[in-house]
Amino acid sequence: MELIWEIAVSAFLVLAGIFALVGAWGLVKLPSPMTRLHAPTKATTLGVGGVLIASMIWSIGSHGVLSFHELLITLFLFLTAPITANFIAKANLHRAAPPEDLPTLPEGQLWAHQSPGTDTSEAAFEDKETHRGG
Amino acid sequence: MRRKLIPHPHLSLLLLVVWVMLQNRVTPGSVAMGLVLGLVIPVMTAPYWPDRPSLRGWGRMIAYALLVMGDIVRANVIVAGIVLFKRNADLRPAWVAVPLDLTSAEAITTLAGTVTMTPGTVSADLSADGRTLLVHCLHAPDPQSVIDEIKDRYERRLMEIFE
Amino acid sequence: MIDLALDFAYVCFGLGLAFTAWRVVRAPGIVDRILALDTMVINAIGLLILLGISEDTGVYFEAAILIAMVGFVSTVAFAKFVLRGDVIE
Repeated sequence: MELIWEIAVSAFLVLAGIFALVGAWGLVKLPSPMTRLHAPTKATTLGVGGVLIASMIWSIGSHGVLSFHELLITLFLFLTAPITANFIAKANLHRAAPPEDLPTLPEGQLWAHQSPGTDTSEAAFEDKETHRGG
Repeated sequence: MRRKLIPHPHLSLLLLVVWVMLQNRVTPGSVAMGLVLGLVIPVMTAPYWPDRPSLRGWGRMIAYALLVMGDIVRANVIVAGIVLFKRNADLRPAWVAVPLDLTSAEAITTLAGTVTMTPGTVSADLSADGRTLLVHCLHAPDPQSVIDEIKDRYERRLMEIFE
Repeated sequence: MIDLALDFAYVCFGLGLAFTAWRVVRAPGIVDRILALDTMVINAIGLLILLGISEDTGVYFEAAILIAMVGFVSTVAFAKFVLRGDVIE
């Protein structure tokens, strides 16, 4: 019994370390700003998630106490990672990406970051919201 | 009356759970404090969220969350493989426009978050009219298959939950 | 065995921190710098939790949660600054 949870904790720690390292290495290795966004947002999230799971198993195994506030950090990271990724992608679009690379939209529509005066998708939902409210 | 006292039942439940998790112990005290927070905060912040999103089916939501978690693990293995074993010259990054059938803001936010966390794709922007999602793929030799996968795997399920 | 795995994870997260620090110093553009800082925060959270496991205490969790929150807000503020040239409009 002792051995099983030790193996589980060690396995999660090793896996987490590998993923965290790969995420950081991708940041150095990948060629363009947009591709560099892929590695850290995914790999590092699972890296930290793995350490947190290891920590949960550790506290059950060594103290017999179920410790679940680790889940809170995991949840928080999984919720915030897409948002930061979206913000960084948007900053990239504003500064670096040439607009001719982007797929074109039908009916002369623009992407939100290209149209003047709109910051995020808020503008697209504005009339719907007022419609619903009224 | 009930609507006024508990404007957002899901938010109240979430606040209770988060508070108990922060305390790291399920004691009568922490549950009571969590209940107080879960009742007071939604009422105080109700003006910021005038509408209540319509959610249907706890079973479907849990099934979706499990599916996404499995896909996150799969995504990590795939991205790690690409980072470690693919030469930069062989990478085929691509921009993809995904036409959306979802209309509510909450549903599109969930879809964009899911797309970011799953294999090789990051959602970057929305079209100005909110009908198309701009997605960046790390390695997509066949962009159409990416669109089909997003629409079939995630959007269809979100349709059932939100609309 | 856990000690060995812990050492391995320490080395991995430390190296990851070094890579991101390299990217912060030598970034091709300002956006890469933000991304590197964000990854650095996540690696720091990992290191803190590892410390919590190896010293067998729970006191580092509050620090980890705080760093996660401050890191998220600062990344968003930084990206917003790059986008609009201003943080609060």
